[in-house]
Amino acid sequence: MSVAVAKPGEVKHNYLNAGDTVLSWLLTTDHKRIAVLYLVSVTLFFAVGGLLALLIRLELLTPQGDLMTSENYNRVFTMHGVVMIFLFLIPAIPAVLGNFLVPLMVGARDLAFPRLNLASWYVYMAGGLIATWAMVNGGVDTGWTFYPPYSSSYSTSQVTLTIIGAFLIGFSSIFTGINFIVTIHKMRAPGLTWFRLPLFIWAHYATSVIIVLGTPVVAITLLLVAVERVFRLGIFDPALGGDPILFQHLFWFYSHPAVYIMILPAMGVISEVVACFSRKRVFGYHFVAFSSVAIAVIGFLVWGHHMFTTGQSVYAGMVFSLLSFLVAVPSAVKVFNWTATMYKGHIEFRAPMLYVMGFLGLFVIGGLTGLFLASLATDIHLQDTYFVVAHFHYIMVGGTIFGYLAGLHFWWPKMTGRMYPEGIAKLAALIIFAGFNLTFLPQFVLGYLGMPRRYHWYPEEWQMLHVMSSAGAALLGIGYILPIFYLLWSLRNGAIAGPNPWGATGLEWKTDSPPITHNFEETPIVTEEPYAYENHHHQEEVASGTGASAAEG
Amino acid sequence: MKGVALLPDTASTFAQQVDLLFWFLTAVTVFFTLLIAALVLYFAYRYRRGSTASRAGAKETDLRLEIGWSMIPLTIGLIVFVWAAKLYADAYGPPPDNALEIFVIGKQWMWHLQHPNGIRENNELHIPAGRPVKLTMISQDVIHSFFVPAFRIKRDVLPGKYNTVWFTPTKPGKYHLFCAEYCGTQHSRMIGWVYVMEPAEYEKWLASGGEARPGALASGAGTMAGVPTASLVQAGEQLYKQLRCNACHGAADGQRGPSHYGLFGKKVKLRDGTVVVADEAYIRESILRPLAKVVDGYEPIMPSYEGLLDEERTLQLVAYIKSLKKPLQTAEVKP
Ligand code: HEC
Ligand code: HEM
Ligand SMILES: [Cu+2]
Ligand SMILES: [Cu+2]
Repeated sequence: MSVAVAKPGEVKHNYLNAGDTVLSWLLTTDHKRIAVLYLVSVTLFFAVGGLLALLIRLELLTPQGDLMTSENYNRVFTMHGVVMIFLFLIPAIPAVLGNFLVPLMVGARDLAFPRLNLASWYVYMAGGLIATWAMVNGGVDTGWTFYPPYSSSYSTSQVTLTIIGAFLIGFSSIFTGINFIVTIHKMRAPGLTWFRLPLFIWAHYATSVIIVLGTPVVAITLLLVAVERVFRLGIFDPALGGDPILFQHLFWFYSHPAVYIMILPAMGVISEVVACFSRKRVFGYHFVAFSSVAIAVIGFLVWGHHMFTTGQSVYAGMVFSLLSFLVAVPSAVKVFNWTATMYKGHIEFRAPMLYVMGFLGLFVIGGLTGLFLASLATDIHLQDTYFVVAHFHYIMVGGTIFGYLAGLHFWWPKMTGRMYPEGIAKLAALIIFAGFNLTFLPQFVLGYLGMPRRYHWYPEEWQMLHVMSSAGAALLGIGYILPIFYLLWSLRNGAIAGPNPWGATGLEWKTDSPPITHNFEETPIVTEEPYAYENHHHQEEVASGTGASAAEG
Repeated sequence: MKGVALLPDTASTFAQQVDLLFWFLTAVTVFFTLLIAALVLYFAYRYRRGSTASRAGAKETDLRLEIGWSMIPLTIGLIVFVWAAKLYADAYGPPPDNALEIFVIGKQWMWHLQHPNGIRENNELHIPAGRPVKLTMISQDVIHSFFVPAFRIKRDVLPGKYNTVWFTPTKPGKYHLFCAEYCGTQHSRMIGWVYVMEPAEYEKWLASGGEARPGALASGAGTMAGVPTASLVQAGEQLYKQLRCNACHGAADGQRGPSHYGLFGKKVKLRDGTVVVADEAYIRESILRPLAKVVDGYEPIMPSYEGLLDEERTLQLVAYIKSLKKPLQTAEVKP
């Protein structure tokens, strides 16, 4: 099925077999090995966050809080949020796929600062372990948003420890961001101009800028909460002379852009995959590239849309609302361009492409429901209800996780040298799609009905919708477990992939799978536009069973 | 499972207006979702690898298309923005003059509501249909949020600062009251009911001092038994005397302090030259932290009452000062 370069049995040198002691992994500065370290870690944390989610859904099967106490319920949803956002969604694509691919895609031997890269993983693990330790030693019950004065003066849980954990994790993403920015500026292969860069790189560039500018703000803000908590210094608690709304401004100044830290890299993946499996250049390349930058810039000016009901002035509310409608435009532009990329393409239904199609549908719903929340009057009703919960899960699960899975399958052959099993991968994608919608569509209705978020008990008349949502979560759980098994299985049993099983463009496909430690035998020279699929039409139709013998115009 | 609700009650004028916008947005969402889904599926089928459909004239970019599909969402966005902003400015803006004023105190984990005539309720609110209701709200501890889905109204209840919101209930009935901002362990139990009553029934309820309660909850909720129902203003007046505020504040501006007659709603010039409107928040702050805003022409000699007054008694003082409407024309009233 594929033009395998290496014959079975013949072992080539690559980054994976470059050393097999534990130390060779723990002290590696190879971006590809660090990506694998991150892959293992984020997968573990994703499993933890997923189990917590199942506990939440199990509790909400009945209107009474009967499975656990309210104390514990509050801890469970808080830790679900903290783990999923700080330990999974933010690092997932940049630290795993980005780490692996940025140097390969720009034709470099490694990131600019390989040791900083390794440090990033250690700092991440330290933060993750501290947060985990806080979790098992009492837990946290403030919600992932840590609003004072509850967090600083009232909660009796492990707030300070968790904040220290989150603070450290923030630094790990700053390290990654700095590395990407410098690498993309300084280490591009000869001929690889800015507008020849894959859109994956543009997306990671925009993400890195947000990370470097935004993360310090939230890190300091969280630290101030800890200071107020420990030293009773009045910063946010009015009883001590502080201002609780100030916290919300500072927190969302980072945390709104942080939602783009989570979604932009996924958008980068979508661009790569849709082009490859449509065998076409991404439609409107420049518009897709600049929309990432526009999102990064405007995204810094809309934080107040999380505070429409707090009592900020009506005029401030209007400015934030208007800017939120503006930031939706570049997102819409991207969706239209991806859709147009499929037009007159040669579309191949591989698992990554199924995830892309799922992403398009779900991201549209997530983005459009964002408009309900950006719109001032409807937000009064919907803010802090399940409508918001559904909105951000459509984007973060339907968008980011679909993008992540698309990317993981797409580059799995590059990372491991093996193909994943196609049939079961497609099945998993369909299960995830169905389970996801069953879980979160009812939550829009619940939110419109008025179901507040973070509720342990709820009125009986809403049970039906909650049961649907919990059933969906179970299905979703099955969908997520499948890839863990078949991907591990493929490590030994998958078909040998060869350098370029998809016939894709891009420098990462020009080297072996898995790549050698220094990525390229010799520095590649770039002579063509990105996604020049028209130049590669027939020669590389390797992975496809049918081949593209269609009539060309 | 008890019943299945799919649509919320619509029980205020604001709710009707918000729903219109909500359904417009829903229509937009359904339309674009179906459009993208249809295009993706159609392209995927028609241009699947190996299909014979013509690929002639495939483009890489098209400026007119890009402009078009930027302008369409932008236009829809601007329309929705203006539409929604108007409604928002209304709900969070000043209420009509005939509004019924209710004071709300949130604390972990209950709602405490005070009517102007002194009736107090816990986790229950009785109001007449057809008359605007203004809520002035404050928290004694952490942030809460007052949320009545049937009215589509929500407003955060902050410690240290009054927030207000108003609405006009339209349909008699019994509606959920929730705390929407996470506030700790019993957040999901910080709930209650709003009873919208026919005006005549409401009058009866008032006259009975809040006893005629249709379907009130048995325990922990309802009107506080045994509480003297002096009106808020009366209670405030008593407190004012008791704390000897009138040692410095008289019927006319005096040497020791400015008069409170006609203060509410007036523009006050401060020492630093700025001008503020004397609303509830200003009056509250002047009592609790007099140094924060010092009135022009006076020495900062007023003692702080922070710590001496809980939110409830502060509210009574605020209500009393608000009631001192017109400046008295007669000569100074000596304390
Ligand atoms: C020792 C005298 C003194 C006492 C007692 C006193 N005040 Fe004052 N108050 C002042 C002075 C002087 C000012 C103006 C300077 C300032 O703003 O601090 C003032 C200002 C105010 C204002 C703002 C008035 C405006 O025109 O803007 C309010 C409201 C107020 N006081 C309420 C009270 C209340 C209620 C009490 C009793 C609990 C009280 N005061 C007791 C001296 C006093
Ligand atoms: C397309 C443009 C988008 C718009 C206009 C939009 C709008 C909004 C608004 C107004 C809120 C606040 C709702 C409220 O609390 O009342 C919100 C919440 C949220 N959005 Fe979006 N959004 C958009 C895209 C995204 C993206 C791309 C993500 C993430 C990847 C995202 C994730 C979130 C999250 C996590 C919250 C809730 C935060 C919390 O309170 O816990 N949104 N969105
Ligand atoms: Cu936001
Ligand atoms: Cu609450």
